[in-house]
Amino acid sequence: MSCDRMEQQIAGTLDLTQVKPYGDTMNDGRIQLSFTLPISDGDRAVEAAKEIVISMGLSEPLIAWHQPLDHEFTHFVAYGSLQKGIDYTKIKVSSVEVCVMTMEETDQFIREQFGRKIKIIGASTGTDAHTVGIDSIMNMKGYAGHYGLERYAMIEALNLGSQVANEDFIREAVAYDADVMLVSQTVTQKDIHIHNIVELVELLEAETLRDRFLLVIGGPRITHELAKELGCDAGFGPGKYAGDVASYVVTELAKRWEAKR
Amino acid sequence: MTVERSLCRLFGIDGVDAFGVPLANVVVDHLLAKGVVEQGAAYWLAQAALATGLTPQAIAVSIARGEVDLTSLETQDPYAAKLWADAEAERAMQLIRANRLVREKKIQTHGERPSPLLYAIVATGNIYEDIVQAKAAARQGADVIAVIRTTGQSLLDYVPYGATTQGFGGTSATQENFRLMRGALDETGDEQGRYIRLCNYCSGLCMPEIAVMGALERLDVMLNDALYGILFRDINMQRTLIDQGFSRMINGAAGIIINTGEDNYLTTSDALEAAHTVLASQFINEQFALLAGMAETQMGLGHAFEIDPDIKNSFVYELAQAQMARQIFPNAPLKYMPPTKYITGNIFQGHVQDTLFNMVTVLTDQRFLLLGMMTEAIHTPHMSDRAHAIENARYIRRAMADLADEIEYREGGIMEQRAQTVVTNALELLENIRRDGLFRTLEMGQFAGIRRRRDGGKGLDGVVMKGDHYNNPFTDLFVREQQDMREGGSR
Repeated sequence: MSCDRMEQQIAGTLDLTQVKPYGDTMNDGRIQLSFTLPISDGDRAVEAAKEIVISMGLSEPLIAWHQPLDHEFTHFVAYGSLQKGIDYTKIKVSSVEVCVMTMEETDQFIREQFGRKIKIIGASTGTDAHTVGIDSIMNMKGYAGHYGLERYAMIEALNLGSQVANEDFIREAVAYDADVMLVSQTVTQKDIHIHNIVELVELLEAETLRDRFLLVIGGPRITHELAKELGCDAGFGPGKYAGDVASYVVTELAKRWEAKR
Repeated sequence: MTVERSLCRLFGIDGVDAFGVPLANVVVDHLLAKGVVEQGAAYWLAQAALATGLTPQAIAVSIARGEVDLTSLETQDPYAAKLWADAEAERAMQLIRANRLVREKKIQTHGERPSPLLYAIVATGNIYEDIVQAKAAARQGADVIAVIRTTGQSLLDYVPYGATTQGFGGTSATQENFRLMRGALDETGDEQGRYIRLCNYCSGLCMPEIAVMGALERLDVMLNDALYGILFRDINMQRTLIDQGFSRMINGAAGIIINTGEDNYLTTSDALEAAHTVLASQFINEQFALLAGMAETQMGLGHAFEIDPDIKNSFVYELAQAQMARQIFPNAPLKYMPPTKYITGNIFQGHVQDTLFNMVTVLTDQRFLLLGMMTEAIHTPHMSDRAHAIENARYIRRAMADLADEIEYREGGIMEQRAQTVVTNALELLENIRRDGLFRTLEMGQFAGIRRRRDGGKGLDGVVMKGDHYNNPFTDLFVREQQDMREGGSR
């Protein structure tokens, strides 16, 4: 498991306080661009494109390709070098940071840490009729080659499907004695997903149940930062699969159990 | 209702009232308010024209001003009214025929374009910006320009009016926008020595009205699917089937090639598992087109390249399905749609997927190649995206021009088996539809996994039983015109 961020330095020249794009040599800062200018093709157009590249703070402009798209439009493929790097060490992004384990590793982890199965209840809540998100995480078959939670030997998963009212979801979670509540939100028009999650969190808090469950949300417009802001424990956006969710859930639950002891 | 409004338009009623309501709507709403709409617009306009001596346009203006009540005029001889309607209809037919002949003449002058026709989309929301992009695309080699409509137009029960500059994800389909784009493409086409075809969307709650606009402004291709509105826009099925029937008669008589929308099934269903629903729908669309009198050479049946690229032999299956469509509908100018579902934002991979799609298109002699965009799902195409796509398609069209003639597919091989499976499953589905009826099939969610109720959806209130005097002088006229076209004579 190589969870540690790869920080091996190449020829000792990588400076994380001065990170630049990598073309073919450390710190060369090369950037590939393509854009169109509303002017006729020709020498002046090429010069104009170079100035555009320079105006972006790039040096050594190279116009690798230019072609007319129409009488008054010219397309360019250009390269330039970024002068000033950025300080990577100062960047703080709130994302779920956890070592992703395989299904077998997760099952083994649960056996060792908890000695019992972990119960996860999931739903697409509110008026949202889309089950694609919750299904991809929970269904046995999974998605894109990643098995869903139902296949994990040490996870008991209950998928309530779509259009589950927040009140019903909470009632089911209590009845199921779930460790984790999983919410999928696909529809985001007029920020309906935000209103819906806020309502869920408020209902949980009103019934003093918020601390009883690990609350995890997911969907195409969900970020971890948004999830935290809304009072959830974690959020998973596009490109995250059951393995990511399972690994986070068991790691976080283990931490909490540890803290209680 | 939209059928009656399309009759108003064919009788020459154009423009809007002081509140921006199209006069065609004003007339039909007037008949509705008076409770006499079941006799139809042709009957009432004929009565009014004979009673007042006014043109249909002048009658519509009077109604808009509240100056006339069509039901209070002196009743005219029904036979005289029928003769008036027939004569007016013939006049409209002449306009439409004249446009058709202009198209035929221009194609003859410039020479017909080789297959596949490269079909590019513009969607800026502003007709003038669309024209800039359309002209550029045409000069780069596009053969067909389609102007995408603004979000939600299909659910409007009227057609917007005038030149428009503010659309979302597309530009309103208005008669003036049609006219402006037609003029621009004729100009560029004449300059380039090619006839550039124009396409728009004959769908939604105003199918036949938009068909009339297309016929009057010489559009060449129109999206027109018998079931699309029902499935993807939740328009009532009774309404849609009436509207599509008349709209196809208009398209047919205008010499317009229709494009059907089977490709849409595969954006919601899996392209491997649901391939047979595409074929079944093609057969259904073909039958509805035949019922409207349309020639096979005007049926641009749709299908798509949407199999998951991670699947082994995905290209082989795509090739098999495209070849199958070609062989089943040998005379149809098939419309082939590029990958969209599995275009991820990795533009380099996307460009390769589009290349494979272009290869299938050329190898199986599809007529319309919808240009795939490597930036699909990122933004509406940049001018350069379209240019790269056209360059790609032209390269494949040139490089593989005669490759298909050199290939024979192995008997009993993967491709033949794949086609056989799809045909067998489509047959089974069609047999079930014959047993259950089309309405019941739609209610059961057999297409694209979408269920629709017979009396559900939008627009059912616009469906009315015909009255005793109901007369639509165009149906016979358009069917006869199409027969004449097939027999090669333009009267």
